[in-house]
Parts: sequence; structure tokens; C-alpha cells
Amino acid sequence: MNNEEVSHEQSLVVHDLGHAAHVHHHKQSFITKYIFSQDHKIISRQFLITGIIWALIGGLFSVIFRLQLGYPDSTFPFLQDLLGHWAPGGKLDPEFYYALVTMHGTILVFFVLTAGLSGTFANFLIPLQVGARDMASPFLNMLSYWFFFSASIVMFCSLFLQTGPASGGWTIYPPLSALGDAMSGSKTGMDMWLASMGLFIISQLLAGLNYITTILNMRTKGMSMTRLPLTIWSLFFTAVLGVLSFPVLLSAVVLLLFDRHLGTSFFLSDIVIGGKILPNEGGSPILFQHLFWFLGHPEVYIIALPAMGITSEVISVNSRKPIFGYMAMVGSFFAIAALSFMVWAHHMFVTGLNPFLGSFFVLLTLLIAVPSAIKVFNWLTTLWKGSIRFTPGMLFAIGFVSLFISGGLTGIWLGNSSLDIHLHDTYFVVAHFHLVMGVASMFGMFAGVYHWFPKMFGRYMNNTLSYIHFWITIAGAYCIFWPMHYEGLAGMPRRYYDFSNWESFKMFGGLNEFISVVALIVFATQLLFIFNFFYSIFKGRKVTTPNPWGATTLEWTTPIRPGHGNWISEIPEVYRWPYDYGKDGRDFIPQTEPVGENENRH
Amino acid sequence: MIAVMKEQKNKIHPHKFTLWVALASIVMMFTGFTSAYIVKRNMANWISFQLPKIFWYSTAVIIISSITIILSRNCFRRREMKQYRLWLASTLVLGVIFVCLQYIGFTQLWHSGITLTKNVSFSFLYIIVGLHAVHVLGGVIALLVVLIKAYNVKRKNYNIVPVDLMNTYWHFVDLLWIYLLLFLVMIR
Ligand code: HEM
Ligand SMILES: [Cu+2]
Repeated sequence: MNNEEVSHEQSLVVHDLGHAAHVHHHKQSFITKYIFSQDHKIISRQFLITGIIWALIGGLFSVIFRLQLGYPDSTFPFLQDLLGHWAPGGKLDPEFYYALVTMHGTILVFFVLTAGLSGTFANFLIPLQVGARDMASPFLNMLSYWFFFSASIVMFCSLFLQTGPASGGWTIYPPLSALGDAMSGSKTGMDMWLASMGLFIISQLLAGLNYITTILNMRTKGMSMTRLPLTIWSLFFTAVLGVLSFPVLLSAVVLLLFDRHLGTSFFLSDIVIGGKILPNEGGSPILFQHLFWFLGHPEVYIIALPAMGITSEVISVNSRKPIFGYMAMVGSFFAIAALSFMVWAHHMFVTGLNPFLGSFFVLLTLLIAVPSAIKVFNWLTTLWKGSIRFTPGMLFAIGFVSLFISGGLTGIWLGNSSLDIHLHDTYFVVAHFHLVMGVASMFGMFAGVYHWFPKMFGRYMNNTLSYIHFWITIAGAYCIFWPMHYEGLAGMPRRYYDFSNWESFKMFGGLNEFISVVALIVFATQLLFIFNFFYSIFKGRKVTTPNPWGATTLEWTTPIRPGHGNWISEIPEVYRWPYDYGKDGRDFIPQTEPVGENENRH
Repeated sequence: MIAVMKEQKNKIHPHKFTLWVALASIVMMFTGFTSAYIVKRNMANWISFQLPKIFWYSTAVIIISSITIILSRNCFRRREMKQYRLWLASTLVLGVIFVCLQYIGFTQLWHSGITLTKNVSFSFLYIIVGLHAVHVLGGVIALLVVLIKAYNVKRKNYNIVPVDLMNTYWHFVDLLWIYLLLFLVMIR
């Protein structure tokens, strides 16, 4: 930190003298440059690569439990080689099925789509797009990655426990999560889940503090808030949501730890395990659900907002048109962020919540559809009559819009408490949130990776592989999750190990098999992406122009491979908003170009 | 970074701003506890409790410590480093005394039969007061670091920012305690 300030001070002084200044390169070893780096661009790549590894693990888990769901009567001997005592004779152990589902959710929601998504793009884009040399506190930033890394290690180790990792669902409702005797996954696995999540929360708080401060305080000259690219606005609201909601999850974690180890009864009351009556009295599991979903709902927007920001930016750049309704976009970000703190109980309509209270939450929940619809409308109108370039990034951004519409519409069904009585905890919910959050935000992440890969690594990814990746993934995503709506409407519950005992669900046997096959294909396609990603880092076509997409934003004014400090000389000044595409007969006008005399203001 | 800061002299220092956001998130954590407390209190099986008297003494101690840290900052601004160190050290001592008093309060509660697991209300009491004390302890450690730096004669440092940060945090834990105390007295 101090070194940093000194080095910048020097380059500033050099500049004042009017010489061409050089970025000050202090001698760095491999360790300080790539491992304990304080450079936001390196930290961003660390988040991205850790996220990719987690996505691989989490995705693999889903393939394994899809095998069980698609072929409940078959055995897969290779599973025994892979999982040992968790798949005796090649048949998945029911306890481990729950462990896999739980870990799949935890990993994808927290480690991939929270840390991997905003960790990557907030770190990479905030300093580059607001015009700063680094984050407000590069040290805290580094710390945030290493807390995430330790959280990852703890969670990863828990996978190898004799009693298995946490198995009570990613929402860790008590009593399963509060009583070690409830099931084998409630023992050490649950403790490690809580420890890992504690570390994770600290990492997210440190990160969020930095993002907010950097955006509000470190903008370059001329970069007023209304000249910020929408990516930055989305990352700003994401950070605000995180800083205000993760602490509440931390309180829930603390209370849960007390219940587990010190005999308190916050969430426990009148429980009989194996014929033994427990002494706990007076607690309430609903209380936990309130605390969890007070984080949990903002959390889903922590996942969605960065993807929305990336989509807005990529769509505008590749339509060669200004984003439609910039202020409406900012306003709807704000509305979504504010409302997301007031709707949490829609996850609890049928868990004993007072129905009178429920009706307020119905209203507020349905209100969220308004800002969401505004965003969709603006993306579509931006695309409308644009000179669209179908780059891989653009395809994934359009894919995001499609998936967000499909998944968002079912949200409106679920938001009606009376419909939710029928739909709650069925595959309908699974379909809803995978389309609107899971797959859609993965698409936002892919869009970002493809779009900013040239800036991150100075090379391009292979286009053919990218197109194959896109088309199989989008077709596959719909093939997997669309049929789940029908299963859910028919009442098929989620999180069940085997449905063949029910006469009424026998008709879905073939469908489940179909879904599993597609899931396998889609998973294999992601390996293609991972290959493309790592191959291109070292062997991809080199970027030769600083601004390959013809974009207006500041990150493309840096050298092709920016060093520590981003700009070689002075940080450029900003004179206009970031969406001057196709203006006054020009393809695009960079933010750094002063407004001409005869130019109309936007 | 300095370059940017220089351009924006009138703006709040980024580190101070970061601290304010961090305080907001600590507030959210305690909001989580206190709202859980209120929800739980409206359910069956809630035994109300009497706070030990010693908590009022500890309140006085932490309020005085807020005053001493203000005095230390004033001395720092006048470059009276010896006075500054003295007031800082007294703040630290008062902070330690506060934590000890809380601990004594806990043992008194325990002996009067208000134990951690007997009733949910008692569990909440221990957790809320205990976590606040942890935040004070964090402040004490930070004070210690600042104090050691202040005794380092080789490197003279007249940068007010760390002093301001320390002040803000300390007043925060003070106000947080007063709020929690009133909360626990009025709603039990
Ligand atoms: C149009 C706006 C939306 C509405 C009205 C809505 C409504 C709902 C409702 C009522 C549920 C509870 C269903 C149940 O458990 O019975 C639900 C579940 C869920 N929603 Fe949405 N939703 C919307 C958009 C979103 C978005 C944008 C995301 C994420 C980016 C999201 C993520 C989720 C998740 C993850 C769950 C399931 C959590 C679980 O039980 O495991 N939703 N939604
Ligand atoms: Cu929700």
C-alpha cells in the first residue's frame, strides 16, 4: 500500500515535469506478483480461475445426482471407484445424494456466482472503468481474495470427511443443520460449512467495502456518477446489497453455532430423535428462515445484478447503439436493490408464516417485476434496429435476456401465495430459479469473460469453439429446465432421491432420463469452454489494437496489456457518458473525447 | 492513488469512507440479532431478566473513554504528542476495564441463575452483550497498535487520518453499547 502510493506519487511528479512517464515497476518476485498480488487485475483473475474450478466441481456434482434421477434403477460401477463408500455397488447412497445437492447449491450460489462473478468483474472493471490506478485499498482487496481462498479450502476439505459434507440443503434449515445427530451430514460437515461460510462472509464484506469506496471516491476527473458505465452501477448496488445483507447471515451462523455446540435453543424446540426427547425448548426454526432469507433474497440479486450490468454493456457495444433509457436502468437497479430487502418472506409462504403478513409480501414481490420488466424492455429496445455484431459475448448477453424473461415470468406465478401453496418445493421452483438466476447469470458471466478476455489476457478466445459452446448451452439449458415446469405443476417434489414409488410420477421416467442426458452433454460442453479459456490464455490470437470492439469506455484506453497502475501516463479525463455510439454520423466517440462545439448533448 | 486523492481534496478520505461502510455492516449484524430477539420475544416461553448493576458502571467507563479519546485527538492536532499518548493510553486502559466489567457482569448473571442455555432470552443476552465486547476488544487491539506507533520516535507521523479512524470506531462501539443497553432495558 505504501509502496503503491509512493510509486504513484513519483509518476505524478514525473508527469508534472512534462516528461513521458513510465509506470514504475518495482522488482517483484513471482510470489508478490502472481500469488499475494495487490494488483486488482491479478486478483480478478484469481477470483475467476478459482470460480472456474468450483464451477467444474459443482457441475460435476449435478451430473452425478442427475444420473441417479435419470436412471434410478441402474448401477454405475465407476461411481464406486470415484466415490468409494458413498456409492456401494455403483448405486449412489441416499445420504450422499443429499450431500451432492447441498454442495451443488452452495458452491454454485456462493462460490461461483457470488465470488466468481462479482469478484472477477468488480475487481477487473471498477478501477479500469472509473479511471483509477487500483482499488481504494489494494491490501484489503488482496485479503478478500485470501479469505475466499481459505473458505474454499475449508469447504473443499469437508467433501472428504468420513461422515460427508453438509447435507441439509443450501439453505441449511434447522433442525437438520442444528443437530449433529440428525443425519451424518449434520456432523463435522455442517461445522465446516459454517466455518467456511464465516470466512466467505468476511471476504465478501471486505470486497464490498472496497468496491463501494472505490466507485464513490476514486473516479477520475469528469467521471460523474451519471457518466458511469452500467456495469459499474450494477456492481455498486451489488456491493451495497452484500454489505448490508451478509452480516445478517453471519448472525444466523453465530446463533446456529451456539445451538450446535453450547446447548442454546434459538431454533430448536420439542424435538425427538430416535425416540429420545431433546431438552431444547422455546426455539423456532421459522426464526432461522427469516434470518436466512433476509440475506437469501438479496443474495439472488447479488448474483443477478452483475450479470445485468455486463449484459447492458455488451449489448450496447455490440449493437453500436446507446443503451436505451440509461437513467431508467440506474433507477431500476436502485428499485430492485431496495425492494429486494422487503420480499424475503415469499420463500416462506407455506412454512407457517402468518397469511395476513404473507399478503404484504405478495404485493412487494410482484412489485419487483416492474423494474425487472423495465430492464428487459430497455435491452430489447437497445437491440432493436441495431447494427448487431454477433460476437460470442453478444450471443451470451442476448441469451441472458432470453433466460431472464423465461425465468422471471414464473417468478410472478410463485409470488402469488395461493399458487405457491401448490408449487412450493416442487420442480417448478427449481426450473424458476435455474433459468432466472443459475443459467442466466452464468450466461452473464460468459458474456463478460468472452467480451473482456482480450483486455484480461491480451489474446482472443477461439470463435468456433465459443459458438459451439453458446448454441449447445442455450439449447441444453432450455431442454433441461423447461420440462421441469411440467413436473413441478404435476406436484413432483424437489430434493427427492427416487420417484419410482409414486404411480403418478412414473410418467416422468422418460423425461427425467432425457433431462439427465442433456445435462451430461451440457456439462461436457463446458469442458470445451474451459479448454478454450486456458488454451487461449497461452496460445490465443494476439490482440493488436488497444480497442478491438470499438468501445467508448476507459478500460480500452489503457495499453493492450496494462501494467500495475493501468495507465502509463496520466489517468485520462472524461467528458461524456459511455454510450455515444452511432452519434452524429460517427460509429463511436470515446469517453475521453471532449464534447465538440456543434455536438448535441445526449 | 494519491493523484486521485489530490484532485478530490474536498471529498471524504477513502479510508474513512470505507470505515463508515464497515460500521453500517456491523450495524446490520446487530440489527439481525435484535430483530431476531424481538420476534422471539413475542413467542411463547420467554423469561424476562434483570441486568446486573455493574453494566451501568461499565457504561460510565466507556463514555469516559470516548471523552479521553477526543482529548487525545485534540492534543494530536496541537502536536502535543506527550499528552496525546497519555490520553490514548488512558482510553486503552478504560477499554480494558470495560471488557472486564462486562465479564464480571456475566459471572454475576450466571450465579444468579441466568445461565446461557436456561432460556432463549438469556442466550440472546449473552450473545448480544458478548459480541459487543468482542468489538470493543477489537478496538482495544487497534488502540494498542496506534499507541505503539505513537511511541515510535524514529518515525514521526503527523497524519491525522489514522487518529480519526480510531476515534470514529471508538465512538461507534460506545454508541452501540448505549443503544444495546437501552434496548435490553426497555425490551425484555
Ligand atoms: C420477477 C421477479 C421474481 C419473482 C416475483 C420471484 C418469486 C419467487 C418466489 C415466490 C420464490 C419462492 C418459491 C418457493 O419456494 O415456493 C422464488 C424462489 C427463488 N427465486 Fe425468484 N422471483 C423473481 C426473480 C428472481 C430472480 C431475478 C432470481 C435470481 C437472480 C431469483 C432466484 C430465486 C431462487 C434462487 C429461488 C429458490 C430458492 C430456494 O428455495 O432454493 N428469482 N422466487
Ligand atoms: Cu426471493
